[in-house]
Amino acid sequence: MGFYLAQLLTGLANASSLFLIASGLSIIFGVTRIVNFAHGSFYMLGAYLAYTLVTTLQGGIPGYWFSVLAAAVLVGGIGLVVEMTILRRIYRAPELFQLVATFGVVLIVQDATLAIWGAEDLLGPRAPGLDRAVRLMGEPIPEYDLALIAIGPAVLAAIWLVFHRTRWGILVRAATQDREMVGALGVNQAWLFSAAFVLGSALAGLGGALQIPREAVSLQMDLSIIGEAFVVVVIGGMGSVTGAFVAAVLISVLNAFAILIFPQISIVLPFVVMAAVLIVRPYGLFGRPGSEHGGTEEPEQPLRLLDQRSTMVLLALVAMLAFSPAVVSDFTTILLVDVMVATLFAVSLHFMMGVGGMVSFGHAAYFGVGAYAAAMAVKVLGWGMLPAMALGPVAAALAALFFGWFCVRLSGVYLAMLTMAAAQILWGVTFQWQDVTGGDDGILGVWPDEWASSDRVYFYLALVLCLGGIWLLRRVAHSPFGYTLRGVRDSRIRAEAIGIDTRFHQWMGFTLAGTLAGLAGVVFVFSKGSVFPDALSIGHSIDGLIMVLLGGIHALAGPVYGAMAMVLIEDWVSRLDYWRFIFGGIILTVVLLAPDGLAGGVRRLIQLVRRDAA
Amino acid sequence: MLEIDGLTARYGRAQILNGVSLTLGDNEVVALLGRNGAGKSTTMKSVMGLVRQTGGSIRHDGQEIRGRASHTICRAGIGYVPEDRRIFGELTVEENLEVGRRPAREGAPQWTTEHLFQLFPNLAERRRNLGKQLSGGEQQMLTIARTLMGNPSLVLLDEPSEGIAPVIVEQMANVISELKREGLSVLISEQNLHFAREVSDRAYIIEKGTMRYEGKFSDLDANPEISTKYLAV
Repeated sequence: MGFYLAQLLTGLANASSLFLIASGLSIIFGVTRIVNFAHGSFYMLGAYLAYTLVTTLQGGIPGYWFSVLAAAVLVGGIGLVVEMTILRRIYRAPELFQLVATFGVVLIVQDATLAIWGAEDLLGPRAPGLDRAVRLMGEPIPEYDLALIAIGPAVLAAIWLVFHRTRWGILVRAATQDREMVGALGVNQAWLFSAAFVLGSALAGLGGALQIPREAVSLQMDLSIIGEAFVVVVIGGMGSVTGAFVAAVLISVLNAFAILIFPQISIVLPFVVMAAVLIVRPYGLFGRPGSEHGGTEEPEQPLRLLDQRSTMVLLALVAMLAFSPAVVSDFTTILLVDVMVATLFAVSLHFMMGVGGMVSFGHAAYFGVGAYAAAMAVKVLGWGMLPAMALGPVAAALAALFFGWFCVRLSGVYLAMLTMAAAQILWGVTFQWQDVTGGDDGILGVWPDEWASSDRVYFYLALVLCLGGIWLLRRVAHSPFGYTLRGVRDSRIRAEAIGIDTRFHQWMGFTLAGTLAGLAGVVFVFSKGSVFPDALSIGHSIDGLIMVLLGGIHALAGPVYGAMAMVLIEDWVSRLDYWRFIFGGIILTVVLLAPDGLAGGVRRLIQLVRRDAA
Repeated sequence: MLEIDGLTARYGRAQILNGVSLTLGDNEVVALLGRNGAGKSTTMKSVMGLVRQTGGSIRHDGQEIRGRASHTICRAGIGYVPEDRRIFGELTVEENLEVGRRPAREGAPQWTTEHLFQLFPNLAERRRNLGKQLSGGEQQMLTIARTLMGNPSLVLLDEPSEGIAPVIVEQMANVISELKREGLSVLISEQNLHFAREVSDRAYIIEKGTMRYEGKFSDLDANPEISTKYLAV
C-alpha cells in the first residue's frame, strides 16, 4: 500500500513540474496563437540560470528560493526580448510562420547555452531544508517532492486570481477568445501579447528552476520536455490553465502506475492518452473551438498551372540536374540525392498543408516507416532492392491510412498535435522494439543492388523516383481531387453543403502525402545504407515544416526552394562550430525579411527588379 | 464628425468597396442601408481599421484615421458594435463591460456600469452570468453597453436589429434615441427599412460597394422605386 502511495506522490510531484511549463505554453498560445517551440528552451534556461544563482549565492534556504524566483524573472525578461524583437514583427505573417521563428530561437538558445555553460551535465545541489526524505506508510518520500506537490496548485490558484481579479487577466481571457475584438475596444494588443509572453516564459523558467534538485541540468532539457508539454496543453484544451493542471496530473499519475506494469510505455503513454482524449473531445478536456475572428488570414490565392515559359525553365532545370553527374564530383552527386529526397519529403508535406489544409507536426513518421519497411525487407526478409523499394511506400500508405483516419476528425492545431502524437508513438515503438528494429542502433547495411551501387546510377534512380513523386503530387493538386481538397481547405462547410464527403477526401489526401513521404524515405535509406529512429523524430518533422514554411506555403515551388536551401545550408554550416546558432540566425533572418517565405521573397525581388528596369 | 471619401476595400482579390463616400455630422444618426453583401459591414470595419487593404480617406474630427491600428481608432472616440455581437462568451456580463472600459474623454458622455445597467435593466439582472448564457437580444444589449464603456463620441452600429425579437427591436430603438439625446453620433447599418426610418435622420443606400442614394427618408418614401431597386429582396 505504501509503495503505491509513493508512486502516486512521485506522479503528483512530476505533475507539478509539468503543469508549470504547460500552463505557460497554454497562456502564450491562448493569447497570441503562437505554437511556441522555444518554450522548452525557456525551461532549460530557467534550470541553468537557477543552477548558477544557487551555486554562486550559497545562501541557504532564502538564497535557494530567491535564486529560483530570480531565474523565473530573468527568463521572463528573455521572453520579452524574443517577443519584442522577433515575434511582434511577424504576427501578421501566415499562421504557423511564427512556429518557424520560435524554432530558430530554439537553435540559438541551444548553442548560446552550450557556449555559456558547456556541454557537461550539471548536477544541482539539493534544496536546503528540503533535502531529506520523510517516511509515509514506511516508504521514503523526498521532502522536495512534497514541496512541489504544494507549489503546483498554489501557482494554479495564483494564476486563477490574476485572471479573474485583475483587469489585465480579464483582458487576457477576452483576447484568448477574440483578440481582434479586444483591439477594437481600445486595448493595445502588442502590450497584451508581450505581457502574456513574459508570464508564459517566466512560468517555464520557474518550472526549469524548480527542477534542479531533481535532475541533472543538461542541453537535452529543451526538446525532451517540449513534446510532453504540448501533449498536456492539448489534452487540457489550448488556452486553458485549469485544463493544463488536470492534464498534467492525469498524464503523470497514469505514467507513475503504468511503468509498473510495462516499463517501456512512458515514452509513448502521453501521446496515446492525447490521441484517446482528442478523439472523444476534439478540443481537449477544457478547450473550446476558437473564435472565427481574429485571424488575419488572407484568402488563399488560386494555384495556377505553369505557363509555357515557366515550363521551359523547369524543364531546363531538370535537364541540368540530369546532366550534372557528368560534370560534378561524386560528393556533389550524393549531396544532390539528399536535396532530391528532402524536396520530395517537403513537397509531400506541402501537399498535405498547402493543398489539403492539414498542418502536420509528425510527417517524418511516414518517411521513417517507408525507410524502415524497405530496410527490414532487405535485412529480415532478404528481398532485393526493387521489391523493398516498392514495399516502403505501401507500408507508409498503410500507416498514414491508419493514423490519418483519426487525424482528419480534427482540424487546425489539434490536428497538427495528433499527427505529432502519431509520429511519437511510431518513434517510441521503433526506439523500444530492439529485436525487430534494432532500437537506437538502427538498421545498417541497407545498400542498393549491384547494378545500382555506383553513385551515378543511384543518382538517376533517385532522380526518376523523386521527380516522379513530385510530378504525381503536382498532377493531383491540379486534378478534380486536388480542387476538392482545396475547396475543403477553404471552406469545409460549403464543401459539405455541395455534397462532398470532406473527411474522406482529407483522409485520402493525408494518405497520399504519407505514401510519397514513404517514397522519399525509401530513396533515403538506400542512399545512406542505414536508418535510425531519428528519421521518425519530431526534429525531422520540424525540418520538413521549416522547409515548407521557409519556402512559402502559398506557392507550389515553395517546398522546392525550402528543401534546397535547407540541405545546402545545413551541409555548409554543420561543419562549423556553433552551427545551430548560425542556422537559427539564418532562419530568423529569412522569417523577418521574407514573411511570405523564400518563394514569396524571390517573387517580390523579381517584381522589384522589373519595376526598376521599366 | 466622420467623413469618408472614395473608400475602397478589398479582401484578397475581391473588391468589396469601390469608392464609398459618406459624411456624418455631430449628434446625427445616419442609416446605411443595403442588401446583404452590399458593403455595409465592410465600410464599418474599414473605419475601425479591421479591414487591411483599403484606399481613399477616412477622417474623424478632421484627422485622417485610415491605416491606423484599431485600438487607436477606438481611443480616438469611435465605438464599434459588430453585427455578429462577438460577446466574450466565457466572461461574465460585468467582465465583458470591463474589457470595454476606457478613461473618460473630453467632449463625450461618460458611462458607468451603473448607468448602463439602468439603460439595460436585463443586463443588471444577469451581471454575474456568462456571456454565452445570455439570449440573443441580451447579447445585443451587452455589445452596445460594452462599446459605450469606452466613452465614444461616435458609435458604429452594425445591424442592431438583426436576428432579435420584435420587442427587443423596439427597446433597441429607444436606446438609440437615448444615445442621440446624450449627444452621440451614430452610424447604423440596416436592412430593416422600417427600423432605420424610426431612429435615423438621414439615409445612405449602398449597393455593390458603391453609394446609390443619399437623402432624407421623406424623399425615399416619395420615390418608392429607389428602395425597390436597391433594397427589395
